Amino acid sequence: MQTVKMVVTGPFSAGKTQFIQSVSEIDVVATERKISSAEEKSVKSATTVAMDFGRITVDDELVLYLFGTPGQKRFDFMWEILSEGMLGFIVLVDSTRPETFREARSILETFRAYAPTPFVVAANKQDMEDAWELEDMRHALRLDKSTKMLPCIATDKETVKSVLIELLTGVLENMDSNK
Amino acid sequence: MALRGNLRDFTVTQLLNLINLASKTGTLIVDGSSEQAYISFREGKLAYARIGKDDGSLASVLYKANKINVNQYKAIADRAGQMTDKELGLLLINAGYVSQDDILINLQGYFTDLIRKLFTWVEGVFRFENDILPPEDRINVRLDLENIIIEGSRQLRELEQLQDEIPSLDMALKFTERPLTNVNLSVDEWKVVKFVDPKNSMRQIAKTNKLTEIEVRRIVYGLLQAGLVELVRPNDAPVPTAATTNAKAFPTQDKEEQKSLINKLIGRIRKI
Repeated sequence: MQTVKMVVTGPFSAGKTQFIQSVSEIDVVATERKISSAEEKSVKSATTVAMDFGRITVDDELVLYLFGTPGQKRFDFMWEILSEGMLGFIVLVDSTRPETFREARSILETFRAYAPTPFVVAANKQDMEDAWELEDMRHALRLDKSTKMLPCIATDKETVKSVLIELLTGVLENMDSNK
Repeated sequence: MALRGNLRDFTVTQLLNLINLASKTGTLIVDGSSEQAYISFREGKLAYARIGKDDGSLASVLYKANKINVNQYKAIADRAGQMTDKELGLLLINAGYVSQDDILINLQGYFTDLIRKLFTWVEGVFRFENDILPPEDRINVRLDLENIIIEGSRQLRELEQLQDEIPSLDMALKFTERPLTNVNLSVDEWKVVKFVDPKNSMRQIAKTNKLTEIEVRRIVYGLLQAGLVELVRPNDAPVPTAATTNAKAFPTQDKEEQKSLINKLIGRIRKI
């Protein structure tokens, strides 16, 4: 059995667990704990403290694992471990919470430092009325034009699939450019 | 039981707050990652401070503050070896070189700067020695800690925000495509800009310019926001190449098999 993995990262409450849940053939194995800080409690009631874990079986010989990182900074010691040997990574950002954009940028830089693998930025909750437009988010996140920035709704399987396929296409392009 | 512990568990701000509230007298000794700090208190007020090899003598403080010139500084170092700072202070006042206010204001500023530096320490162990009193041969001040603590807390919050923006000082800087013209930079900003090169990490730039972590982060943050520089991996850092990364990411090293595997994944995801 051959296995490959991709990592879904992003700030606290960006929708990483839901993103993986939308395409995983197994229920996401999530390690969630009740949230202790009052500020975080106002956003959601439980969060990922170790990792999310989803699976997509291709055939008898190949399985893709999706790992979701814990969003809170105090668990960032997990990030380097999770990034080891990844095909690429997705930075998920909540388009309705600009206060998390700076942290998203910092997470992106950290993962890029771990490994020069392809990545895409997925702007989650694009169906919400107060979602920022992609181009505005690109500026706020200080992304150059070559970085793939994609609209996403973590609860919508089709948009999640598009994000994963864009990342895999990026992996292929990267392989061609490194020939 | 002596007050001792680790800065990771108990911050400098918390320590000063405790010393202030308990009106403690004694010396706080902090072993940082590269330097040692001695901060003395009398009844909860800052009396004296010294960090690292800097002796914090009155002569060196007045020289750094341009109150005495280099020749005067050398003459004091040569001739006043056995003299205490209190005696030296009286001598300088009587000779008309400085006033009493000059001495007190400059010492207070010097000690406050050292405490500001201490606020940026996040690694290290500390102990508070009740028996070690402020040194007798130095001029002691009586500085209230409240304002210093408030400033320190503000500085700590700023440092946390800057650490979010610039997670590691081991990264280097390079100029963006934007030309560096018609830009007004401060002296400290120029000092940093002078060394912008993918060969130099921010840590090296800070060390060369004798800037603290927070100072270099603050300057780099400004340059980043202005779009003048961008963060890059230093040239001499071990870069995990795409080849080595792929070696770990793929179960096979054959390029064609790797491509086939990715295409299989794309096909499978399309069918979900």
